[in-house]
Amino acid sequence: MGMTISQKILAAHAHLTSVKAGQLINADLDLVLANDITAPVAINEFEKAGGCVRCNDKIALVMDHFAPNKDIKAAEQVKKTREFARAQHISHFYDVGRMGIEHALLPEQGLVGAGDLVIGADSHTCTYGALGAFSTGVGSTDMAAGMMTQQCWFKVPSAIRFVLKGTLPRYVTGKDLILHIIGLIGVDGALYRSMEFTGEGVSALSMDDRFTVCNMAIEAGAKNGIFPVDDKTLAYLKEHCQKPPVVYEADEDAIYEKTIEIDLSTLKPTVSFPHLPENTKTPEEWDDREIHQVVIGSCTNGRISDLRQVAEVLKGRKIHENVRCIVIPATQKIYLQAMHEGLFDTFIEAGAIVSTPTCGPCLGGHMGILAAGERAVSTTNRNFVGRMGHVTSEVYLASPYVAAASAVLGRIATPDQL
Amino acid sequence: MFVKGHVFKYGSDVDTDVIIPARYLNTSSAEELASHCMEDIDKDFVKNVQKGDILVAEDNFGCGSSREHAPLAIKTSGISLVIANSFARIFYRNAINIGLPILECPKAVEAIQKGDVVSCELSTGIIKNETTGEQFRAEPFPPFIQTIIDAGGLIKSLSHKE
Repeated sequence: MGMTISQKILAAHAHLTSVKAGQLINADLDLVLANDITAPVAINEFEKAGGCVRCNDKIALVMDHFAPNKDIKAAEQVKKTREFARAQHISHFYDVGRMGIEHALLPEQGLVGAGDLVIGADSHTCTYGALGAFSTGVGSTDMAAGMMTQQCWFKVPSAIRFVLKGTLPRYVTGKDLILHIIGLIGVDGALYRSMEFTGEGVSALSMDDRFTVCNMAIEAGAKNGIFPVDDKTLAYLKEHCQKPPVVYEADEDAIYEKTIEIDLSTLKPTVSFPHLPENTKTPEEWDDREIHQVVIGSCTNGRISDLRQVAEVLKGRKIHENVRCIVIPATQKIYLQAMHEGLFDTFIEAGAIVSTPTCGPCLGGHMGILAAGERAVSTTNRNFVGRMGHVTSEVYLASPYVAAASAVLGRIATPDQL
Repeated sequence: MFVKGHVFKYGSDVDTDVIIPARYLNTSSAEELASHCMEDIDKDFVKNVQKGDILVAEDNFGCGSSREHAPLAIKTSGISLVIANSFARIFYRNAINIGLPILECPKAVEAIQKGDVVSCELSTGIIKNETTGEQFRAEPFPPFIQTIIDAGGLIKSLSHKE
């Protein structure tokens, strides 16, 4: 019986010739990840069990959520993780100065390659599917067990296939594609399943677009999102990753629960209204409601192409007087690149601010918390109740283009409307 | 194990941000997390919850973040069992890994009302609404997962193996 890409990667890591949906397997892990919020809980479990680390060079600990430390308690959490990393000789420990937002940082540092199997104690670990890897979010206890055994148990997922064709119109991005899909299938539309993207439309999507699409697979409840490896993937990996890529293709007779065809050329700028990512609306459904903050960044949209799109819109324009606009490059490398390209001049002259890499406002941590009743247009990934601050505040998820245009007009808008 | 308590009932897509808002994730103390459990969806939850109480919800319970703080806060608040139509997958794993009993049973979810007294024998998955006398049977766990539960969580099940 044929296998999907995800099933082939799981089979290979479980040392099996084939697997089928629903099968329970134990598989070897290429990388285990946690951050400053989830690592301390994993360390508690790890220490309770008197564990020892199996492969200290296959663990990544990234201090990105509440770092630079937002308060004393956060500082203690980071300190605990730092001391653990030192004691256990963890090779990939990223602290302030070297850290970036984990899901932008790890591919950039070459820690994930095509064909890898990765778990991370962060739900957006599914991002690395863009590289043709199987990667999925888990909790801290699974992560602790992963550090001890370098293995994890999985139920082999079935899959939904998304066949993409055509190319995206002007000002429409990978973010609009994934929001459109979540609007279509709902926040549990892919629960427990793989989302496999295929079709001739894939080649038109940039690597950054593919990272954004896989990043939000979890917002449809998926176990993972994954793209086939093509020339763009190989070029990206050649630049960033030392490991030789292991390329898997889906069998022709692979079984999919459902196939959904999407013509990229028909997509429009898409915004998720409060309080679920599935509440998507396209421009004709938007209204003039006033917005107060714009956040550009996160593991979803803090990459260099995102910042370039924002600069393209903000060049020579001013942020609306009622809006605070916060730009957060996802990693130090992206920060430096954006600075060298002069993007910061554009942002600052427009009246935006530029922050050091952090997850910060995305999860209502720090660096841009909303007051009661305030509205933010954000390139982040969740708009749940209270996600960015007060329980009555509102988050509207959007692409960098829409976020930038909204920052200028003080309402949800596309660059065409400027 | 037999559990019995009053029911707190919620709808679909109860996300981990309302179960335990991120503003409290600067600690990994279970007691401190529990003191803010469900705060953004039900201000009175912490005030009213008693040891043994049961949480009932509709679809996709625990969606969103991977934070294990969510099932940990629920368990530490005193909740003995969560019954839902379905669970988000990371929450499902986390609950099993830390030993928070969870069951999928749409028929029970439909019938049980807020404030009802419900009991359950976890080993059989038989749920009884003591208020109305109705009885339901939840889907049993696959044997593999039952061994993790029986061992008292994932880490303990690993040491059993060794």
